[in-house]
Amino acid sequence: MQGENIFATRWGIIGVGALIGILAPLLQKLGNPGNMGICVACFERDIAGAVGLHRAAVVQYLRPEIIGFVLGSMAAAYLFKEFRPRVGSAPIVRFILGAFAMIGALVFLGCPWRAVLRLAGGDGNAILGLLGLTFGIWIGTLFLKKGYNLGRTQVTHATVGWMLPLFMVGMFALLLMFPQVPEQAKSGVLFYSLKGPGAMHAPLLLSLVVGLGIGFLAQRSRFCTMGAIRDTVLFGQTHLLSGFIALTVVAFLTNLLLGQFKAGFAGQPVAHTMHIWNFAGMALAGLAFALAGGCPGRQLFLAGEGDGDAAVFVMGMIVGAGFAHNFGLASSPKGVGPHGIAAVVVGLLVCLFIGFTMRGKSA
Amino acid sequence: MAATVDARGLSCPQPVIMTLDEIKKGSDNEMIVLVDTDTSKENVVRAAESQGCRITDVASEGEGYRIALTKG
Repeated sequence: MQGENIFATRWGIIGVGALIGILAPLLQKLGNPGNMGICVACFERDIAGAVGLHRAAVVQYLRPEIIGFVLGSMAAAYLFKEFRPRVGSAPIVRFILGAFAMIGALVFLGCPWRAVLRLAGGDGNAILGLLGLTFGIWIGTLFLKKGYNLGRTQVTHATVGWMLPLFMVGMFALLLMFPQVPEQAKSGVLFYSLKGPGAMHAPLLLSLVVGLGIGFLAQRSRFCTMGAIRDTVLFGQTHLLSGFIALTVVAFLTNLLLGQFKAGFAGQPVAHTMHIWNFAGMALAGLAFALAGGCPGRQLFLAGEGDGDAAVFVMGMIVGAGFAHNFGLASSPKGVGPHGIAAVVVGLLVCLFIGFTMRGKSA
Repeated sequence: MAATVDARGLSCPQPVIMTLDEIKKGSDNEMIVLVDTDTSKENVVRAAESQGCRITDVASEGEGYRIALTKG
């Protein structure tokens, strides 16, 4: 099944963005939290909570969408002979970038996907987040222009590429072995939220199927929200941006149809109104995504097609979520966490250090 | 002998940056770009075409692709 990849055309990426723009608000209608039909950062954070890496009681659920993203991408990669096991491009740096990307995203309360879904649901705070995201990515492009790179990968055993997909299969097995029991905060080894966003979710199989579908199509189309902004800033190339905008516009229309659009700043679901920290949190996330070469969704899709370094970034995000809640770095609807501001500053310094020092010849 | 950009093993957006640099700075009219993923192949082709280059050949080579292009 080789030949022209129609999903890599302009209309292909617009179609995939538009489809996500329909599916995400639908998942919200079917039970996912407000303006959080899909949020890669939030959902990985919920997974961290489900397995007890943090014990924030309101954000614990082993989200099947994430499992679907990785396995759907893997299916597409195998079907179209694009599964290429590769690893060895600065994995520990990617882990650290993943952790700080998560911390920045949790100060804002959402990844780039959720930032536009929040905007499409009428949440004005998302504008600050998107401006911050763009600012962070712009800083990243300055490093890229100066020769920043993560070094080359190496071709490796297929097993290396299977690690994250197999991890996700294991997570799914846990979900089936220890299903949610109503009114119980624990089932077997898994934690479940009784209230808060972690208690809100679409039916398990439906979430999984939507995740698989999006994973499949995103692998084909190379959908990437960070790349959308980066390529526009760096090359004036708007290919990926057209998919990101399609997602936003279609999600807005779908929200209108479903009665989920509510414009304003205060009282938005799972959001706070501290503008500076909405901006700065996403600036940190944007810079970390730019230095790591992909948004959190794209990292899952890359991991599905055999990229072991992207898999390390994903694990960094999940561990970062543990730190974010254990250390009081994550925000809540009340505002930033007690140490969120310090974490953003540290994260920005770490990213700048990485950006300034990883230049030149290893490419 | 055409200039060769070896972007194998490098992830997005490095292959495109290297290709565009060579298009701007290189003296040869013909260029070869080596990449190792389909995404890089698509991105390099898209970026080169947006600079007015003509893709003369895309061939599988080893674990990746060999893209031949002529500057416009």
